[in-house]
Amino acid sequence: MIEVRDLHKTLGTQRVLCGTSFSIEEGEAVVIIGRSGGGKSVLLKHLIGLMTPDSGKVLVNGEDLACLNERSLLRVRRQFGMLFQTAALFDSLSVFDNVSFLLRRERRQTDGEIRRLVAEALDMVELAGIEEKMPGELSGGMRKRVGLARAIIHRPAVVLYDEPTTGLDPIAAARIDQLIRRVWGHLKVTSIAVTHDMKSARTISDRILMLHEGEIYASGPTAEILSSSDPVLNHFVNGIAEPRTAPIN
Amino acid sequence: MLLPKFQRHFREFLRELGELSVLVVEAGRSLRYQRPSWREVLAQLYFVGVRSQSVVMTTGAATGMVLCAQTFFQFHKFKMESATGAVVSVGMSSELGPVLAGLMLTARVGASMAAELGTMKVTEQIDALRTLATHPVDYLVVPRLLACTVAAPLLTAQAVVVGIAASYAVGIHLLGISGPYYMANIDRYTDPSDVMIGMIKATVFGAVIALVSCYKGLTCSHGAEGVGRATTDAVVAASITILVSNFFLTVFLTRLFAP
Repeated sequence: MIEVRDLHKTLGTQRVLCGTSFSIEEGEAVVIIGRSGGGKSVLLKHLIGLMTPDSGKVLVNGEDLACLNERSLLRVRRQFGMLFQTAALFDSLSVFDNVSFLLRRERRQTDGEIRRLVAEALDMVELAGIEEKMPGELSGGMRKRVGLARAIIHRPAVVLYDEPTTGLDPIAAARIDQLIRRVWGHLKVTSIAVTHDMKSARTISDRILMLHEGEIYASGPTAEILSSSDPVLNHFVNGIAEPRTAPIN
Repeated sequence: MLLPKFQRHFREFLRELGELSVLVVEAGRSLRYQRPSWREVLAQLYFVGVRSQSVVMTTGAATGMVLCAQTFFQFHKFKMESATGAVVSVGMSSELGPVLAGLMLTARVGASMAAELGTMKVTEQIDALRTLATHPVDYLVVPRLLACTVAAPLLTAQAVVVGIAASYAVGIHLLGISGPYYMANIDRYTDPSDVMIGMIKATVFGAVIALVSCYKGLTCSHGAEGVGRATTDAVVAASITILVSNFFLTVFLTRLFAP
């Protein structure tokens, strides 16, 4: 369904992606792990056409995103929902306006239907009844859940999560993980998340891809990757810092 | 040493000009093929038009009063005081009204637009908009463009009327010019084409403010510093564009409307 072929991207002077290739099938729950600043978010943004590769291809249902202009990409993006690291709620709009944004732009449903769908989406993320609140009145965890409701209200085929648990306390993070798993199960979506939170990766994925030095270093079932004895995987999964070799002055 | 720096700045200027042109084309395409969000257009009209009235009217009144006083002091030397009204009227209608209203709108509205869109850019709200299958030009630029091009001529007309009224008050009650002569000269020397030129200029300036400010906001670099720089750049670029284009518009429109 989504295929990435030999993707290269340089930002400024830093080579972020150097020949990244992988594919994700419909209905999979995949997590991309890797070190901070290693290009995970950049890779995720390529999957939805928010960034253009220097070279290589991102194919969504066989369609190369690099060949589409911004207006054609809108049609492809309609199949996606995305939860941003900071939730990226529109801060001048209420929760209702945020969640209903796409439906109201498309004008395919009546106001009553939209109201019902918003209530359903908010109920799914356990935030029923907060339609009139503004994003500034919500906690970090609530903002992410509203962001998730906004991402799934139009029943996308693929949901992308950019660091879904970053900045949350352990309980709020666990609740987000549960919601991601529930969305995947109930809506039968393809779930793709990037994270460096191993607890989260264990909960929300069936398969893990590890991005290391701009390439996919390892790919496999979650349990296999998390118990791997490969030094790079083992150090990352268990949070082992490499010993400092240079003397401290 | 100086030449490479100049070349770099010139290349940067050309790049920005190219990107701005792409934004203009995209906005034109959106206006032609997409139905604008009227809710957004009305919200922007309220912000740009209704909320700018006090600042634009104050500017118009102050300019009309100063222009009247200065013109009177110079014309007084030649016993031509009653022509003061005509100078104020023509000057306000075709030049000072649109330019000063445009500059005040740039400071009030342009800065705000660049800061708002810049903040949306750095907090990933623009990316979120794109993931929700919405083109930023359709949702953010077009409503602001429509609001500015509609509001700018109306606000300019308001500034001109208030400016002339203020000059009348100063001229008649403070400087002792004859009221009937003052009005008669305004009527005699102010051609409808002067008013038309002012309105066309104001419409162009409105479009310039919206497009330049939106462009600077949408291309804002990261962080608070980026938003600050985008805001400053938007005000400077739009102000300079207004002042420079005013000269060319004056030459072009005066010839166009010449009898």
